Amino acid sequence: MHDHPSHNETRALRLGVAGPVGTGKSSVIAAICRQLRDEFALGVITNDIYTDEDARFLKSAGVLPAERIRAVETGSCPHTAIRDDVTMNLIAVEDMERDFAPLDIVLVESGGDNLTATFSPALVDAQIFVLDVAGGGDVARKGGPGISGADLLVINKIDLGEHVDVDVDRMVADATSARKGGPVLALSRKRPETVEQLCAWVREMHKTYAAGGHIPVDPGPMAPHHHGEGDGHTHSHGHSHGHSHSHGYTHSHD
Amino acid sequence: MRDSLLPDPSPRGLARAIGAMFAHASVSSELAANGHSSQIGNLRSDGPLVLRKSNPKGPEPLTHRDPGVARVMLAAGTAGPLGGDGYRFDVHVGAGSTMVLTEASALLLLPGISGARSRFAINITVEAGATLVWWAEPIIAAQHCNHHHEVRISLAPSARMILREEMILGRHGETPGDFTSRLRITRDGAPLYDQQLEFGPKAAGFDGAAVLGAARATGSVIAVDPAWQDAPPQAQPYHPQAVLTPLAGPGVAIAAVAPDSLELRNLLTQGLQYLGPPWAI
Amino acid sequence: MGQVDLGRQAALLLLADGRLPAGGYAHSGGLEPAVIAGRVRNMADLEAFLTGRAQTAGLVAAAFAAAACARASRDDLAALPELEAEFDARIPSPELRKVSRDLGRQLQRAMGSIHPHRYFSALGRAPHQPLVMGVAASVLGLGPQDAALAILHDNNAGAAAAAKLMRVDPFEVHAILARATGPLDDLARRAAETADADPADLPAPSAPLADIAAEHHRRADARLFAS
Repeated sequence: MHDHPSHNETRALRLGVAGPVGTGKSSVIAAICRQLRDEFALGVITNDIYTDEDARFLKSAGVLPAERIRAVETGSCPHTAIRDDVTMNLIAVEDMERDFAPLDIVLVESGGDNLTATFSPALVDAQIFVLDVAGGGDVARKGGPGISGADLLVINKIDLGEHVDVDVDRMVADATSARKGGPVLALSRKRPETVEQLCAWVREMHKTYAAGGHIPVDPGPMAPHHHGEGDGHTHSHGHSHGHSHSHGYTHSHD
Repeated sequence: MRDSLLPDPSPRGLARAIGAMFAHASVSSELAANGHSSQIGNLRSDGPLVLRKSNPKGPEPLTHRDPGVARVMLAAGTAGPLGGDGYRFDVHVGAGSTMVLTEASALLLLPGISGARSRFAINITVEAGATLVWWAEPIIAAQHCNHHHEVRISLAPSARMILREEMILGRHGETPGDFTSRLRITRDGAPLYDQQLEFGPKAAGFDGAAVLGAARATGSVIAVDPAWQDAPPQAQPYHPQAVLTPLAGPGVAIAAVAPDSLELRNLLTQGLQYLGPPWAI
Repeated sequence: MGQVDLGRQAALLLLADGRLPAGGYAHSGGLEPAVIAGRVRNMADLEAFLTGRAQTAGLVAAAFAAAACARASRDDLAALPELEAEFDARIPSPELRKVSRDLGRQLQRAMGSIHPHRYFSALGRAPHQPLVMGVAASVLGLGPQDAALAILHDNNAGAAAAAKLMRVDPFEVHAILARATGPLDDLARRAAETADADPADLPAPSAPLADIAAEHHRRADARLFAS
């Protein structure tokens, strides 16, 4: 009836990239495309609040052929488009996979929203949540489903730490604590070794997914509430810990 | 739907129909014996619908004052139609021929004594390889008028056509009466363009921003050319109140709304320029 | 036919619910283009806009939803291509044809997952939204008037978008919607009356300003809504 290939060999790894406005989601995607385009067949779906700005950015950056970058307009509801009502994105991903078959990875960039916006497991197989040091060193401690439950947390623009009085190591430690040991990557496009770490994570995720060893996990809906900041540790309720994959860490919400 | 061309069956309609005028005119064109110029075949005026052979009047798309085409002008012999009147006009453009149909003046729709509805039904057939240019004058819906206007055009697959329609919402300074229209164009029997227009006191929301807003005039140019089957013209929103749009088949619609008839005419003419020759005037 | 089956009202609510995950939230039902053009500035403008839209694009969509529902209910899917062609002929704007097909495809994709049925795939690759709505209504056991009402309700998307596009009191917006319920029921009834008519005779009311504004909107540099 619909094109729902159920086997991983005919379907790309669908990798979501979420995070607040301005943290560098587009540049994370640009970096992945630049580094991995010769290794993997890639496609990108952007979600925008206004028109197709992010798609234009990626096209003008020349990281992929323009036809492999497509925009979904979200009616100023970026959160809805990746969570409550994923139909538009799902169709965009399925079209992309069909038009450029076989694709290895389709990256879905969410429209910049807030800390509570995470992808539905109906849309993506794995997701990266992007924070940046300029947003403040305490953001990682504040937690939220994206920070605590995404498959990878990226703390971006670490080269700016000293300019915005953020102790990057402390921020990474806070984030690791909020994620109960889940992977955290300190990233700067000016530090090639960090970009290579990002790519290594993507490679590993693709390998796990292609082997059927990765089961999409839901970072969780909007957290019911957060505890105060006094103990330096924040968590959201409603999580039950399930299986593990290659990173030794995941949540399951069934 | 209000598409029936039968006289209004309501008691008021029947009462009015006693003094109503019914007219049925027709015209046809055919390819001349020389094989390239066109000539009038039948020409039948009836009462207020007066048809005559004519000469080129003003600028016209496609035929550009070509003396070799069949030219007919429709002139109204009386005021109206008035409420209760029923007019019918049949046009047949024979295979390979070209007809240019113009009008002597605007059509002024007036109310009848009892408020009965007037009707004007125009049926046009354009045969294989034939061309119709129908360069009409405005229809003015006077206050308290009650009119239904219906145009049905049947095109052969290889036929070409361009028409202009302009509707004016009331004479100067007056509000319009009730007006409904339908223009339906089929090509090889399949629908290509089908649009009704409704304004006046009975038409809820016609003066809202989805339909006509504060405009006092609205109109369109519809052009059909089989050559556009594979490469239709691009959409052109060339003015805040006008747009040229490619249809789902080999045709385009230029639509405009305007504060008055002059501005409407200017907008429609401007839209034609985007089609380039031989359509531009 | 035409009356809400008392046993099926919940199905109608499901289909007409703005939270049905079929991507409708990205569209303003033509309101944003009208606001940008300066033609809708206050509550009176909004009400006139919504009224005119319901009487034109709304009625066309309702009639086609009802017609598609009637045909699906008698297993006559072969009639749908003719309805598609007639619907295309009623929308001069290529942008609005595309929006209708995008929304149709989304509804098809969503309903195909929510309530799988062979009819959804039989609709083709990008069917017009009213036809999908008609088929979905039929699959849920609803009738032509229900299908018409569901699409008329959906067509009022501009009301929900008003809160993002204008300075409005949301209670006033819903007061407009409350006043519109009677007319919407009337339109659904009219649409149901023509459900079995020759597709060539289905209503075709035009909305010139909506067509014009839609083409301008597609080319706007910044917009909140896709249409």
